Amino acid sequence: MSAADLSTLLVWFATTAFTIALLAWTTDLARIAERSTTRRASAAPVAEPVAVGAAVGTRAGSGGGDRAAATPPSPLRSARAEGIGRSTGTLGVLLLLAGVVARGIAAGRWPTANMYEFTLVGVLVAMGVLTVVQRRRALPFVAVVVTGISVLALALALLVFYVQAEAVQPALQSYWLVLHVGVAIIATGVFTVGFASSVLQVLREGREAGRSHLDRSWGAADPVRRALAGWKVTGPRFAWLDQVPTARALESLTFRLLSVGFVLWTFTLIGGAIWAEHAWGRYWGWDPKEVGTFIAWVVYAAYLHARTTRGWSGRRAAFIVWVGYAVVLANFTVINLVVTGKHSYSGLG
Amino acid sequence: MNVTRRPEGLDDAFTDGPAEPTVPAIGLVGWARWAWRQLTSMRVALLLLMLLAVAAVPGTMVPQRAQSPEKVTAFLAAHTTLGPWLDRLGFFSVYTSVWFSAIYLLLFVSLVGCIVPRVRLHAGALRGRPPRTPARFGRFPAQGAGRSDDEPRAVVERAAAVLRAPYRVPLVRSYRVDVHDEGAGTWSVSAERGYLRETGNLVFHLALVGLLVAVATGQLLHYRGQVLVVAGHGFANAQSQYDTFESGSAFDPSSLVPFTLALDSFDSAFDPTTLAARDFTAHVTLTEPGGAPQPATIKVNHPLTAGGALVYLQGNGYAPDLQVTDAAGQVAFSGPVPFLPQDSVYTSRGVVKVPDVSGGQRQIGLTGYLLPTAVQMGAGWRSVDPQPKDPLLVLTVWSGDLGLDTGVPQNVYTLDTAKLTQSRTDDGRPVTILLHPGDTVQLPDGLGQVTFKALPRYVALDLRDDPATGWVLAFALTALAGLAASLFAPRRRIWIRAQSTTDQDQGPTVVTAAGLARGDDLGLDDELDRVLAATLGRAPAPDDDPPAGTSDEVSAQEARG
Repeated sequence: MSAADLSTLLVWFATTAFTIALLAWTTDLARIAERSTTRRASAAPVAEPVAVGAAVGTRAGSGGGDRAAATPPSPLRSARAEGIGRSTGTLGVLLLLAGVVARGIAAGRWPTANMYEFTLVGVLVAMGVLTVVQRRRALPFVAVVVTGISVLALALALLVFYVQAEAVQPALQSYWLVLHVGVAIIATGVFTVGFASSVLQVLREGREAGRSHLDRSWGAADPVRRALAGWKVTGPRFAWLDQVPTARALESLTFRLLSVGFVLWTFTLIGGAIWAEHAWGRYWGWDPKEVGTFIAWVVYAAYLHARTTRGWSGRRAAFIVWVGYAVVLANFTVINLVVTGKHSYSGLG
Repeated sequence: MNVTRRPEGLDDAFTDGPAEPTVPAIGLVGWARWAWRQLTSMRVALLLLMLLAVAAVPGTMVPQRAQSPEKVTAFLAAHTTLGPWLDRLGFFSVYTSVWFSAIYLLLFVSLVGCIVPRVRLHAGALRGRPPRTPARFGRFPAQGAGRSDDEPRAVVERAAAVLRAPYRVPLVRSYRVDVHDEGAGTWSVSAERGYLRETGNLVFHLALVGLLVAVATGQLLHYRGQVLVVAGHGFANAQSQYDTFESGSAFDPSSLVPFTLALDSFDSAFDPTTLAARDFTAHVTLTEPGGAPQPATIKVNHPLTAGGALVYLQGNGYAPDLQVTDAAGQVAFSGPVPFLPQDSVYTSRGVVKVPDVSGGQRQIGLTGYLLPTAVQMGAGWRSVDPQPKDPLLVLTVWSGDLGLDTGVPQNVYTLDTAKLTQSRTDDGRPVTILLHPGDTVQLPDGLGQVTFKALPRYVALDLRDDPATGWVLAFALTALAGLAASLFAPRRRIWIRAQSTTDQDQGPTVVTAAGLARGDDLGLDDELDRVLAATLGRAPAPDDDPPAGTSDEVSAQEARG
């Protein structure tokens, strides 16, 4: 078996492992929701005041008290599901790492030259960051989002983006392929985890505040609202939210991840400009990919400003994170596949 | 603290109380001041950032003149109603349009208006001392307490030493520390660290201004020329020698260094199975003024430095060397004609324009394709390899008036067939002539004959000098460093107070501590715990799950105290 075939096989194994991890984390989430619902229904004596209080949605979300909520090993979680999630996730990371290395050996170069390889390494980083973030405490929701995105991305890579492992065209023969593209991939992976964390933050904040958009009438679209009524963030289906860290702690996690991501993204821009100066004879030419990267940079800069602006921190800042992540994804997919520019390296017809 | 020195709307843990309501004074000055305060507020900066992001989007959706003028022309032809409107609104040159420029210039004005007062304030803070120990610690996010057997003064001196000592980063003093004698046997220490955070923030923003200025300077001073050089030929660095030349408004043409550059040969390598490009190398001879000819190479990603400018290898192709003899036997045309590659196997398109040299002759236009490795497919021919393994020229013939004598500059790659007639066979199909290297073929309609003499390579070179690139890079890297410092250097204040008590149970001195950080700082509790532990000479709390243990432990201690 050649190194290229071995690489593809390892990536398939990794995808399978991540799928199992995804199922495990989803089971964990479902268990948490289910048990906390039955617990509330039985109206047991207040054995765990924090969880119960939060479930009803009365507790104000600040102060030292919330810290305790996240930490003690909760009887509501499924230790077995979490164990499976963690171990298959780690196994998947190792398999994917081996797959990426084999790919590099097969092509005889650093494996970040086309969309297929970019996706592999990006997923590797996102899952790696997830493993590190979960080192101390399990965040099943973040795990579900990140693992879910990873499985989808790997499937897309294997089925759509796949190209033969081979050497690259002269424009890509530069050490900047390692630095510029490598850092861009790492930043994308970090942004993925930051995005998941900000989604969780907004959900948790809604539950803490006890408010949901599904409570008020939607006017003409009210039938839609009634159909979705079961998905109220304050309702029983989101009871598992009481188990996650507080909105404030999650906001802080999002910020730290995005700080790292933003610095890496800045380096991606600067490194790209230096490479463009070497390869194309100009450091900035408003190429579609350059514009996309610039827009993402500006959006994340807006996030950093928003969270220190009165009235914009918290939920509103998190929405900017979502926009930023959407721009990052569009910059990777739409710009590579639909728009033609100097960055058209996907290797796809 | 003077509130107006801070951008309005800035949410900052180090700032006390809400900002004063801004009531504009009546009159023009008052309104101007109000407008300025609005422009330099955080909210407006945020709005401008979002606007900038949105305004940059159309440039990826609609073709841009600067990047692909031919696509703009095609777009205008396809959208006859929408196109002219978009054109009027500047959508085909978004990044130089009035509205895009207005947004980023306003953003930079807002930035300067916001940063300059902060620079002044920060310069003062850098010379200042940590704020005095507050009377009460109750409102601070991080608190701690303990008991000691030592005198209050000794405890506080030890705390000061702990705070001053380098931690994690060797040789760098971690806190700026003041010790206060508060009287009645009470001593306290106030400490502050992380001035680097604000310094980094200011450096980042100022570097962005520098970056903008450097880019603008480069735009004024730069020049860029494009030239096509056939192997065996060369060019001199003069404006007239370039096929296209553009420069900034402050560029001085006499500053061009008159070097000459000749293309000796060109090597290309392709993957044998996929035919994808693997390597392009141009071997050139560079002669700088007063210097001897020097051999050099130019590759993609490896431009050549010549006369202070950079020479980039931007393209390559084949330039068939042709000779056309007219019906009178005169050589009407001779020389290499660059054909432009259209695909990865170098199917190249070109035009030969033959003027009339002897009286009474028609002008001739030859147009068609060069196939580096030609294979017959049915009625037509196709190239199957980018390398010239079996070159073939496939040409059709036009004759009449090429429009060469009108004085209007012409595109050398297109043939204006308005006043030309195409040579056709008896059954009405266009005459196609096929030429291998060395072939001489008679032209139809008694126009003369054409010879395919050789097939040299050519390279497309891009020559550019932007004297500001060094500054652009320097400002960009400074901004990156400032950004990292502003995001990762924690800014903290810590106060520790030691008081004597009469309660002798656990030691005569009560020690209390408080910490405050700017922005989110999950490490603040750990830090306070570490300092307090070192001051009291006990082991710090176990580090298994920092956010949990500390506050419980501290509150327990407070209860005991």
